[in-house]
Amino acid sequence: MALLEITDLSVHYGRVRAVHEVSLTVAEGEIVTLIGANGAGKTTTMRALSGLQPVSSGRIHFDGEDITHLRADLRVIRGISQAPEGRGIFPGMSVRDNLDMGAYARRDRHLTRAADLERVFTLFPRLKERSRQAGGTLSGGEQQMLTIGRALMARPRLLLLDEPSMGLAPMLIGQIFEILQEINEQGTTILLVEQNAHRALSVADRAYILETGSIVATGTGSALLDDPSVRAAYLGVA
Amino acid sequence: MNIDFLIDNFADLSVTGLAQGAIYALVALGYTLVYGVLRLINFAHSEVFVTGTFATILTLRGIGIGPDDPVPSLLMVLLTLVLASIVAALSSGAVALLVERVAYRPLRRRNAPPLVFLISAVGASLVLMEIYALFLGRDNVRVGNLIKPRTQFTVFGADVTNRQILIVVSAVLMMVVLDSFISRTRLGRGVRAVSQNPDAAALMGVNKDRVIALTFLLGGLMAGVAAVLYDLNFGVTKFSAGFLIGLKAFTAAVLGGIGNLRGALLGGLLLGLAENWGQALLGSAWRDVIAFVFLIVVLMFRPTGILGESLGRARV
Ligand SMILES: Nc1ncnc2c1ncn2[C@@H]1O[C@H](COP(=O)(O)OP(=O)(O)OP(=O)(O)O)[C@@H](O)[C@H]1O
Ligand SMILES: [Mg+2]
Repeated sequence: MALLEITDLSVHYGRVRAVHEVSLTVAEGEIVTLIGANGAGKTTTMRALSGLQPVSSGRIHFDGEDITHLRADLRVIRGISQAPEGRGIFPGMSVRDNLDMGAYARRDRHLTRAADLERVFTLFPRLKERSRQAGGTLSGGEQQMLTIGRALMARPRLLLLDEPSMGLAPMLIGQIFEILQEINEQGTTILLVEQNAHRALSVADRAYILETGSIVATGTGSALLDDPSVRAAYLGVA
Repeated sequence: MNIDFLIDNFADLSVTGLAQGAIYALVALGYTLVYGVLRLINFAHSEVFVTGTFATILTLRGIGIGPDDPVPSLLMVLLTLVLASIVAALSSGAVALLVERVAYRPLRRRNAPPLVFLISAVGASLVLMEIYALFLGRDNVRVGNLIKPRTQFTVFGADVTNRQILIVVSAVLMMVVLDSFISRTRLGRGVRAVSQNPDAAALMGVNKDRVIALTFLLGGLMAGVAAVLYDLNFGVTKFSAGFLIGLKAFTAAVLGGIGNLRGALLGGLLLGLAENWGQALLGSAWRDVIAFVFLIVVLMFRPTGILGESLGRARV
């Protein structure tokens, strides 16, 4: 049974339809990526999964439980954690406090915090240097690291990442993807939204392609990488 | 203009101003807390405060301390103060929670636009006011005789009374407790998280509804204690007493930087001082005008208030 199962999900903003009857699954231990052009509905899907955006129809199951209408904070307790797109940090809190917020929902946070913090600081040494600085004064890329690190502090079963490479230098993007694979090998299931289709398809077990709110293609990462129409549309290769 | 009077009585006016300002500051916290998480001015907060002023009077009556009775013994006074503070704080806190449940939460569920919240707030305020008028009358209600002001010491020629000391010390104490609750406890961090980024807070597992209710409760508790101090200071209250002090506390909150806890303290004290200095200078008829001139000027020239958003860590 899949860890995450989305069935015929539709989401509207007022009368505007942003996501239309999307179905996808993520099995325990997988890295699955959702790619698509600007405005395709990727962020909307992620927000619906986290409970920030109400759904119009369809169902979301997590670990066998129907969470379609579950409150956002309870989904975190179930083990779903999202690193949101853009500047999703707490600007007035220090880097350290931002990271602590990641462990907010964990009952055993007092026991695990030190080790988890160490892990995040090992992954992102830059955050350690800046740990006392206010989140709002970090550079865009540093804020991006902070949202990823913060999501890890929750030790999620399912990690949702909305464009983790956005605004990062190419070298750092490479590192981030290595980190994601490492986290995944340590047992975290990942659903990854990306514009950077080449990288995303390279690390993903499976991928879905979203176009104006609907899934238009799916397959293993390597199959889609070799697909001529995908290459033309998303990888900029004729 | 009476500059000589202001200069001659500067120290006395300042001490009186600080005591009144401390009360404004405590009430201002309620506006600032709720604004911090909801970006909403809770206009019913003035009636939350009035609840406390009546709760205090009724507690004193229950103990048998009326307006014309002699002042009881010191021990009795202290016990009564503690009891009255608890009763007033809990009553105001309960009314604040009720307002949140009845007037705001249903609107949040429906994603109502901000103007609707404002109308609901004014409505809740009027309803509470009329309920108090119905049960407690439309006249002034006198407070039990609990403290006889006596000069304790003099600073720069100003007499400082036991009552003023009590007011300032209690207000500052309450604020310190609130400030450390917000910055040190897990729930307090939830409040800060929601005020800084509500969506991200939800992604951390913060229960937004609980945080919102908590800010109403905390604001109510502070207003309840402020109400006790107000009763002691002025000796009377009234069903409509919340209107003026509510507006002034709101001004204090905006002056210090709405959403900023320490700003509320600063704004309250400044407003209390300015009122008393200004009234000495211009005549007592101008007293209430001063607060509103402040409000308008701040909104025009520095809407983020004195501390504004600069105090990142102290922000709610
Ligand atoms: N709050 C909103 N109100 C109205 N329409 C919205 C809102 N948020 C998103 N949309 C619309 O929904 C559609 C999907 O947006 P979404 O943010 O999910 O796209 P995306 O795939 O994440 O794009 P990007 O790659 O640029 O981040 C877009 O057409 C967008 O304009
Ligand atoms: Mg997006």
